[in-house]
Amino acid sequence: MDLIVCVKQVPGTTNVEVDPVTGVLKRDGVAGKLNPYDLFALEAAFRIREKTGGTVRTLSMGPNQAVQSLRETLAMGADSAVLLSDRKFAGADVQATSYAIQSGIRAMGGFDLILCGKQTTDGDTAQVGAEVAEMLGIEHATNVSEISEITKDSITVTFSLDDVLQMQKMSLPCLITLEKDAFTPRLPSFRRMKAIKEEQITVLTAADLPGLEEKRCGLKGSPTQVEKIFPPEKNSDKETFRGTSDELSETLYGLLKAKKFI
Amino acid sequence: MGLVIHQEKIDPAAGEKLVSICPFGAISYDGKLHISSACKMCKLCVKKGPEGAVTFEEEAPAAVCNKDEWKGVAVFAEQRRGRVHPVSLELVGKARELVKVTGHPVLALLIGSNVREAAEELLSYGVDRVYVYDDPALQDFVITPYANAFADFIERVKPSSILVGATVLGRSLAPKVAARVRAGLTADCTMLEMKENTDLVQIRPAFGGNIMARIVTPNTRPQFCTVRYKIFSAPEKEAPHGEIVSMALPAEKLAGKTEVLRTVKKPEETDISDAEVILAVGRGVKSRDDLEFIAGIAEKLGAKLACTRPLVEAGWFDAKHQIGLSGRTVKPKLIITAGVSGSVQFAAGMRSSDVIIAINNDPNASVFDIAHYGFVGDLYEILPKLAEKMGG
Repeated sequence: MDLIVCVKQVPGTTNVEVDPVTGVLKRDGVAGKLNPYDLFALEAAFRIREKTGGTVRTLSMGPNQAVQSLRETLAMGADSAVLLSDRKFAGADVQATSYAIQSGIRAMGGFDLILCGKQTTDGDTAQVGAEVAEMLGIEHATNVSEISEITKDSITVTFSLDDVLQMQKMSLPCLITLEKDAFTPRLPSFRRMKAIKEEQITVLTAADLPGLEEKRCGLKGSPTQVEKIFPPEKNSDKETFRGTSDELSETLYGLLKAKKFI
Repeated sequence: MGLVIHQEKIDPAAGEKLVSICPFGAISYDGKLHISSACKMCKLCVKKGPEGAVTFEEEAPAAVCNKDEWKGVAVFAEQRRGRVHPVSLELVGKARELVKVTGHPVLALLIGSNVREAAEELLSYGVDRVYVYDDPALQDFVITPYANAFADFIERVKPSSILVGATVLGRSLAPKVAARVRAGLTADCTMLEMKENTDLVQIRPAFGGNIMARIVTPNTRPQFCTVRYKIFSAPEKEAPHGEIVSMALPAEKLAGKTEVLRTVKKPEETDISDAEVILAVGRGVKSRDDLEFIAGIAEKLGAKLACTRPLVEAGWFDAKHQIGLSGRTVKPKLIITAGVSGSVQFAAGMRSSDVIIAINNDPNASVFDIAHYGFVGDLYEILPKLAEKMGG
């Protein structure tokens, strides 16, 4: 079975602020980390490989630093990794991101199953997996919490749909996104990290992707555009209390009582 | 189109300034300025950098579709076994506000089997036209036939905006359809506004941080967005004035490569989304053992206990208890936050609560910006004393 896991390097912190005076984004220079939700997709792929044999390849898009996250996937047990990195991909929205990723997948040759985390911790859209699947012309399932069977041409998965659990059998090739905690992810191995060979990681630019339409990439290929960024509105209708803990707990008690919560 | 670096205008001081301006660490300077693929095209280097050092060059202006051909704000009315999901009714409420600007109709798209009653229910919330794909093959949610019906609706009806509930189903279906019709899609909008030129203004937290982004789809139609449950309010029922339009798909479009084996009702579990009173805790809680006394206070308040993302990541709570953009959205009558700093991610999941009380010992915590009542103090002192006063 040929498995591809899509991963993303996300900021190590979500502590981003807008300077209220200048409107400039303030972001600490904290190192990136592997999107935590991707760990469950990686683990699912490793377990499938243990059963069926085959390879697990990881794919990411991002700046050169994202190689670090790909090395982590190799240390966990991936066979090889591909990074799509080009300024032409910058400013991509969901559609342009998905387009670049599906171009990368096409360049990687055949596959039986693509696995993704259910979302990232920075973009939080949870949409890229499904768009990639549509662009590749395959079906998908999101938020998969269980894989009960995998054969050479099908996979049986369960996911939560509002108040029911739906179990369905899907034809391969297809794409699934994994729910958090679907599996307990393994840790990267220090021994494997030491043994990583440079040739296990391939960096591809836009020019390396056959048939890529540049007008569908990056900001240019993004139908949605950020008009403005701004700090969130503050609640103007508010009261702040300070004092000793006795005073504060008394005020809080009185407030809850006056509002009939107790 | 893109950023153009004018090296001749960049001396070392300008280079350093540009490096410091870039919030994504994408700019480096070694005698020459470089912009790496970490660039997010925020264009701050253009706006805030030394004049003319980095400029943004547009190619030929992007082709704009004929927006007049696209009319109406459509709501994807998610249903299961004929019951319309409440988020869809909330979106109908929002759609009715949005069309006041453009005079467009409010449309609903209903996909399922035996959904006549659901269609009538939608009319009673003021929908002008409900488009119904009713077929036994659409009984369960199967991705390909659902996407085919959705795409058929877009092609034939040409709605200008489409609002989809950010449920598991909505978040699976909307991106598939958006990719097929090459539409812009914005996830988890927390505010929506309409421009007179029919551009939908979509506002959501962005860059994973304490920033809101106004997002528009200036050149293409339709414009897609998803919205969480309990962000907007459902309208009052009224005498229906709209109509039901039956739609049909050819048999080959009702088939897919997925076979639903079974659907099982999930065991009832306490869900914070429906709680009327919530006590939410964050990183201000020092140790896992302290959750016991906090749970005791929640019980006294008749509150469900909830938490922020870091506590789920630490393994202290199950993800079902997490409030925020990557957790649940809640809209209780009362929420008390204790030791919660109040990131935009968190706030997006609870800011429409009726009464927000925040306890935090940091007077600058952003949670005080969204709280109606802020208590600057130590939760470890205030909560036990409150419990004492409540007796028992």
